[in-house]
Amino acid sequence: MFKSKALRTWCHKNLFNSKMNSFLSVVIVVILFKFLSYFYAWFVTNAVWIGDAAACREASGACVVFIKEKYNFILFGFYPRAEIYRPILCIVLLLSLVIYSSYEKNWKKCTLILWALLFLVSTILMGGGIFSLPIVESDQWGGLPLTLILSVVGIFVSYPLGIVLALGRRSKMPIIRIFSTCYIELIRGVPMISLLFMSSVMFPLFLPEGVVIDKIIRAQIAIIMFVCAYMAEVVRGGLQAIPRGQYEAAEALGLNYFQTMRLVILPQALKVVIPPTVNTVIGMFKDTSLVIIIALFDLMSTMKTALKDPEWLGFNVEGYIFIALIYFMFCFSMGKYSRTLEKKFNRKGTLT
Amino acid sequence: MNQVIEIKNLSKWFDDFQVLKDINLNVKKGEKIVICGPSGSGKSTLIRCVNRLEVHQEGSVRVNGIELTDNVEVIESTRKVVGMVFQHFNLFPHLTILENLTLAPMWAKKLNKNEALEIANKYLDIVQIADQAHKYPGQLSGGQKQRVAIARSLCLKPEIMLFDEPTSALDPEMVKEVLDVMTKLAEEGMTMICVTHEMGFAKQVADRMVFMDEGKIVEESSPEEFFNNPKSERTKKFLNQILH
Repeated sequence: MFKSKALRTWCHKNLFNSKMNSFLSVVIVVILFKFLSYFYAWFVTNAVWIGDAAACREASGACVVFIKEKYNFILFGFYPRAEIYRPILCIVLLLSLVIYSSYEKNWKKCTLILWALLFLVSTILMGGGIFSLPIVESDQWGGLPLTLILSVVGIFVSYPLGIVLALGRRSKMPIIRIFSTCYIELIRGVPMISLLFMSSVMFPLFLPEGVVIDKIIRAQIAIIMFVCAYMAEVVRGGLQAIPRGQYEAAEALGLNYFQTMRLVILPQALKVVIPPTVNTVIGMFKDTSLVIIIALFDLMSTMKTALKDPEWLGFNVEGYIFIALIYFMFCFSMGKYSRTLEKKFNRKGTLT
Repeated sequence: MNQVIEIKNLSKWFDDFQVLKDINLNVKKGEKIVICGPSGSGKSTLIRCVNRLEVHQEGSVRVNGIELTDNVEVIESTRKVVGMVFQHFNLFPHLTILENLTLAPMWAKKLNKNEALEIANKYLDIVQIADQAHKYPGQLSGGQKQRVAIARSLCLKPEIMLFDEPTSALDPEMVKEVLDVMTKLAEEGMTMICVTHEMGFAKQVADRMVFMDEGKIVEESSPEEFFNNPKSERTKKFLNQILH
C-alpha cells in the first residue's frame, strides 16, 4: 500500500508534472512497448533456436542457430579448432589481470611485472612453437583475442607515450616542443586507415631485404602511433587545468622538472582527464576493427566472414547484434569503471 | 660580509612593462625585512626573483654569494635553502598533510622515509597541526592550510624564508594564528623577507622596512623611522591609507 503510494508520487513528480511532460511520457511508453513486443516476437516467439538454415529461412524471427553454429569462428577466427583452448586461456588470463589491476590497492610495481609476464605467456600461448605447443602462424589469429590484444597493448603503450608527447608539447625546449607539436598535428590530421595502409604497404618497402615484421605488430604500431597523438591532447588538457601555483610550489621546494611532473602535476592532471581518457580508450577499442583493410581478422571481420558462408547467407541482423553485444559489454564496463574512479577520487577530496 | 642575499641593479620587464626598476637590496643573516607598497608595485615579483620563480633581465641576484643564472643545478640548490610561502598556500591537494611535508625532503633532499617523517612530525608540532596529519588539504581551514604550507617549507631546513602576502587570502580571524607562527620563526633567528600589509606584525618583527612603488624602492628604513617619521610623501600617503 505504502509502496504503491510512493510509486504514484514518484510517477507524478517525474513523468506527469506538466502537460508537455505527460504527453512525452505517454508517447515514449507506447514506442517502448511497440518495440519490446516486436523484439520479443522476433527473438522468442518466432525465433529458431533449434534446427538448420532452411528452418531459419522459413521462420520470420531470429536465427539463433546461426550464432550457435558460428560463434566459434566469430570469436576465434581461423585458429585451429584443436588448439582453441589456447586463445580461450589467453582471454581468461587477460581479463582476470584487467580486473585485478582495476583495484586501486593493486596499483604497484609487481602488477606491472604480472603484465609483462602475461604478454610473454600469451605470445607463447597464441603462437606456440615451444613447450610442444604446435606453431600457429599469426595470420591464423583472429576474432576476439586479436581485438583484445590490439587494444590492450595499444592502451598500455600509447598512454605513457601520450603523456610524454603532452609534456613535450609544453616543454620549454624548442626542439622537443616543435617535434611533439608536429607529430601530434600530423597524426591527427590523417585518418587511421591511412596509417594502417602505410604500415602494411609502404613500411615493408623501407626494410632491408629478408627482414619481415609480422603484420600484427605493424598494425599494432600504427594503432599506437595514432592513439598516442589523441592521448597526448587529452593529457595536455589536464596539464592546462592545474593552476600555476602548483608548479611554483613544487619548484620552490627544490623539486626538479621530472619530480614536479611525476609527483605533483601528473597525479592531479591525469585524474582530471579520466572521462576523456576513457573516451579515447573506448574509441580505440572500436577502431581496432579497421585492421580488416590490411586483412587482419578481428572480431568484426570474422563476423563478416561468417555472414558470407553460402550455407548461412542472409542472417546479418543476428550477426551484427551478436558482436554489438560483445562490443557493448566491453565499452560499457570501461565507462562504468571510469565513473567509479571519478567518484573515488572525488570522495577523497583530492580534486579541488 | 655576511650578506645572504645581495640584489644589485635588478631590473625586470613583463614584455614592454618594466616591473622592477634598478633595485638594490642586501639582507644579512638573521635579518627580517618587511616589504610593503601598493598592489602592482613589484613586491611579489621582487621576492620571486630571489628563488628564481621569476627571471630578471638586468642586474644580479646572489644568494649565499652564488649568482642566480639559468643554470638548473644552481637554481635547484638555491631553492633548497630558500623556502617560500604563497598567498594561496599552494598545498598539493592530492596528498595528505603529512605527504605534503615529506615530499620535498624525500625527493629533493633524498632522505629516507623515516627521517622525512620525523622532520615532518616535528614541524607539524611546531605549527600545532599534528592532529590533522592524515587529512587532505581540502578538509582544512585557510589558517590551517597556511600553517601547513609554512611547515612544508621548513621541512627542507631553509636558511631564508620568503613570505608572499601569507595572510591576504585568509579570513580575518585566522590571520593571527599564521602571524604567531611567523613571529615565532622570527624569534628563532630565521632570515625572512615578508611581503605583507600586517603593520602590527611589521612593527613587532621587522629589522628593516622597505616601501616600494611603481617598481622602485621608495624608502628603506628602520620600523621606528618608517612609521613615525617617513621621509617621502608617497610613503606618508600610503601609511595614511592603511593605518586609518
